[in-house]
Amino acid sequence: MAKSQIAMTVNGKAVEALVEPRTLLIHFLREQLNLTGPHIGCETSHCGACTVDLDGKSVKSCTVFAVQANGGDIRTIEGMAAADGTLHALQEGFREMHGLQCGFCTPGMIVRAYRLLEENKNPTEEEIRLGISGNLCRCTGYQNIVKAIQYAAAKLGGVPFQEAAE
Amino acid sequence: MLADLGDDARALAGGHSLIPMMKLRLATPAHLVDLADVSDLRGIRADGGDIVVGAMTTQHELIGSDLLGANIPLVRETSLVIADPQVRYVGTLGGNVANGDPGNDMPAVMMCLGASYHVTGKGGERRIPAREFYQGAYFTALEPGEILTAVRIPVPPAGHGSAYEKLKRKVGDYATAAAAVVLTMKGTEVATCSIGLTNVAETPLWAEAAAKIIAGSTLDDATMKRAVAAAEAITSPASDARGPAQYRTKMAGVMVARALARAKSRARA
Repeated sequence: MAKSQIAMTVNGKAVEALVEPRTLLIHFLREQLNLTGPHIGCETSHCGACTVDLDGKSVKSCTVFAVQANGGDIRTIEGMAAADGTLHALQEGFREMHGLQCGFCTPGMIVRAYRLLEENKNPTEEEIRLGISGNLCRCTGYQNIVKAIQYAAAKLGGVPFQEAAE
Repeated sequence: MLADLGDDARALAGGHSLIPMMKLRLATPAHLVDLADVSDLRGIRADGGDIVVGAMTTQHELIGSDLLGANIPLVRETSLVIADPQVRYVGTLGGNVANGDPGNDMPAVMMCLGASYHVTGKGGERRIPAREFYQGAYFTALEPGEILTAVRIPVPPAGHGSAYEKLKRKVGDYATAAAAVVLTMKGTEVATCSIGLTNVAETPLWAEAAAKIIAGSTLDDATMKRAVAAAEAITSPASDARGPAQYRTKMAGVMVARALARAKSRARA
């Protein structure tokens, strides 16, 4: 099959490449761009480990062809921290609140939570839980992931984080 | 292009039904025609007493539409129980209704609302009522080379009540059984009623007989029982991981009863 030329912005950098039409975005990111942060979990659009931000939307990159992202603006977990290595508030929140154990779901969780907080700066616990309902975690039981997102929302909003009473 | 390529080609909307099917080799199209850049297929607009939704409008856009929210809240309520946020950003109304998958939620809702589908092919445009569109699992009234371009939904009367009740095992699952209801009240009586059923047959179902039993009643227990029985009678679900057929039929009845009660509580006489 003839390859297609695609061009897009990935984590702020312009990228051009040749891809087969059948190449999925997750395979393009991991195998051609060596961005192995987004993970392949289920590859059936259920688990959310492959979540990336594409043109202001959270998408499961295992269910998007790379050619569909042509011209797009993509952010992966590799694009979350500042250039000097300072962690994004979400990354800091996951560290401080113990929002991960094995870490496999974390890149998808953080990128999804990023879009959630862009759309809703001060979400309720229920809104957070619904907002990450497309991301599966098999370790944490979600409690500390929710806290990590609440931590980040508070930090981004410039208010002190108050952990809810258990 | 689709017309020229014929059976070898499939239209690609959001891709969140078709790409998973291709991974399973249940669909093996030689060509995909991406509809993403066809701007005519997007947007939500009022047209007389109808709201016309472009086929490439995503579930996320349906949820965010104030026009739909104010006039046909059933659409938003349904979108919110489809899949998960990531899928709703990409999955489209047109794909959901045109795919012919009995597990999709919007077809029964569109049958319930009396919507019609705008379809375009080489022979020009035609409109197909949702209630006549579904012929079998993945088998619809669409001819090869035709695409569904828009969904035209008549706005139900002001003061109507509606509800979509969906039983599912987890977020992202297809319904074990689901029911859509739109009704209007006159005093304490139901004036008009329409009921749709999801994923309890090869096609979505319009439960006409059950709705006729409800119309003119006060939704008393005896009438509810008869209507639920009439709805259950038209189901023919498969036994699968969601439960045996008999259970799914009973759950369809439970969803109908819940949707009727909730729609009534939302209606103004």
